[in-house]
Amino acid sequence: MNNLELKKTANKVREGIITGVYSAKAGHPGGSLSSAEIFTELYFEEMHINPEKPCDPDRDRLVLSKGHACPGMYAAMALRGYFPIEEMKTLRHLGSRLQGHPSMALLPGVDMSTGSLGQGFSAAIGMALAGRLDRKSYRVYSLLGDGELQEGEIWEAAMFAGNQKLDNLCAIIDNNDLQIDGRVEDVNDPNPIGQKFEAFKFHVIEIDGHDFDQLRAAFKEARETKGQPTVIIAHTVKGKDVSFMENAVGWHGKAPNEEQYKVAMADLARIDEKLAKEEA
Amino acid sequence: MAELGSRIATRESYGHMLQELGAENPDIVVLDADLSGSTKTAMFAQKFPDRFFDCGIAEGNMMAIAAGLAAAGKIPFASSFAMFATGRAYEQIRNSIGYPHLNVKIAASHAGITVGEDGASHQCLEDIALMRQIPGMVVMNPADDTEARRCVRAAVEHVGPVYIRLGRSAVPVVFDDSMKFEMGKGQILHEGTDVTLIATGIMCDSAMQATKALEAEGISVELIDICTIKPIDREIIVNSARKTGRVVTAEEHWTIGGLGSAVAEVLSEDCPTRLCRIGINDVFGQSGSAADLMHFYQLDAEGVTNQVRAFVNRTR
Repeated sequence: MNNLELKKTANKVREGIITGVYSAKAGHPGGSLSSAEIFTELYFEEMHINPEKPCDPDRDRLVLSKGHACPGMYAAMALRGYFPIEEMKTLRHLGSRLQGHPSMALLPGVDMSTGSLGQGFSAAIGMALAGRLDRKSYRVYSLLGDGELQEGEIWEAAMFAGNQKLDNLCAIIDNNDLQIDGRVEDVNDPNPIGQKFEAFKFHVIEIDGHDFDQLRAAFKEARETKGQPTVIIAHTVKGKDVSFMENAVGWHGKAPNEEQYKVAMADLARIDEKLAKEEA
Repeated sequence: MAELGSRIATRESYGHMLQELGAENPDIVVLDADLSGSTKTAMFAQKFPDRFFDCGIAEGNMMAIAAGLAAAGKIPFASSFAMFATGRAYEQIRNSIGYPHLNVKIAASHAGITVGEDGASHQCLEDIALMRQIPGMVVMNPADDTEARRCVRAAVEHVGPVYIRLGRSAVPVVFDDSMKFEMGKGQILHEGTDVTLIATGIMCDSAMQATKALEAEGISVELIDICTIKPIDREIIVNSARKTGRVVTAEEHWTIGGLGSAVAEVLSEDCPTRLCRIGINDVFGQSGSAADLMHFYQLDAEGVTNQVRAFVNRTR
């Protein structure tokens, strides 16, 4: 895909997020919207995956350690062909495969059940270890939140991954600077994030997490980095592209009402139109 | 195999069995949290260094790494002391192993009061309660070397999460190699008519001695070994309760949440019967030798004998 197609796809991911969270009357739009380009790059460019064979032992894996951002992952998976995008409307409804936090037992293509912060990163490390033991070439990606870095388990996991020199592991931090109670730096500042991961023997890359050229280059650099795991610190905007959600603390875990839903979808429609004009 | 009557800790049996199964099954990997010498996973590490991961003192991380290994097709055994394996890492076990029903085997040593001198902070008396409530988790508590070896093999053959409780102290080998072991099934060790005595884990030894003493006094005891606490063998419990009309449970665990609670649930649902739960009664442990502690908390043969006798007398 070229960058324009990727941008259009990321916008469709955002429409999926808003549709799902609005239908559920609950969920986490802010941190899903900030990850839309990351999900798009992973599912449409970076990962070796086949929606027809979601359990292929040789596939690349994504562990969504910030499991609450699953509306974004679900939308990207749907657009990639794992299930019909219409299913986004079942998000968080009784009997749906699209649980409030991802369930690997229910939805083929989800590589790990997550939701309790900190644990997904450790599980990703387990998968990377298994890949190395089996001499398989698959890579394991794990998306973390910046607030999630406050969990002690993240640093237990980072210490282990660094010492194990797991170069088939790539962590991405959705660094949107906000968490439920406020600004991450005000609640319990995890910065400097890069220096911390460097001290834990990671290769550190910092990028604009909404820029596909930078995402592509970062994943390439991670692939080419040998002898240590990589962390990509992706600077993002929480609530990105929905006017009233951008950088607003209140939109971590709240669904829009009907009026807000219409505004959000209109915001995204305008971006669609703009991208269509660029194409023409 | 250890000789009948000789003494060996169930953690030793685990170490031997890991070595044996490791050679049979290349998918078995073992994780520890800086206690490999004590949990005996070091025996596996020595033989299969590439398949052993010491995660350091970080039990939560270890459990979720085990989950990831299982998700990628491995059969991980994760070991630490019961306190840290099931207490510190409870939520990782619940959410990353239990909820996705991953094929992780948690084998925890130094369970119960017989940890001894380390005292209350290390004497885990709630691991069975914690593990038993997780949907889909199998919970096994072997009595001796023979049963422990069977448990470890059964854990590998079973697809899904399993918890195995292991002890620190050497305990007598009470079962010979002819024992019938089936995960989820109890076994009647002695038939009787006055009272049913259900023991689990290393309490089988105390209970067997107590049974002899009580029989000599004229109290007829039906002794049952329940190794698998979940899923529990409802049939063997109900059939015996119908016969004797009195049930005693014996465990090296808090009386809240463990075998006694599991048996109470079965009886109150299927065959309401007078019940006496022998265990540690809602208090923390303390330092002491394993033998002194077993005596102090009335978990040795004498303590079990006295408690069963008193229960039978007051319910006659």
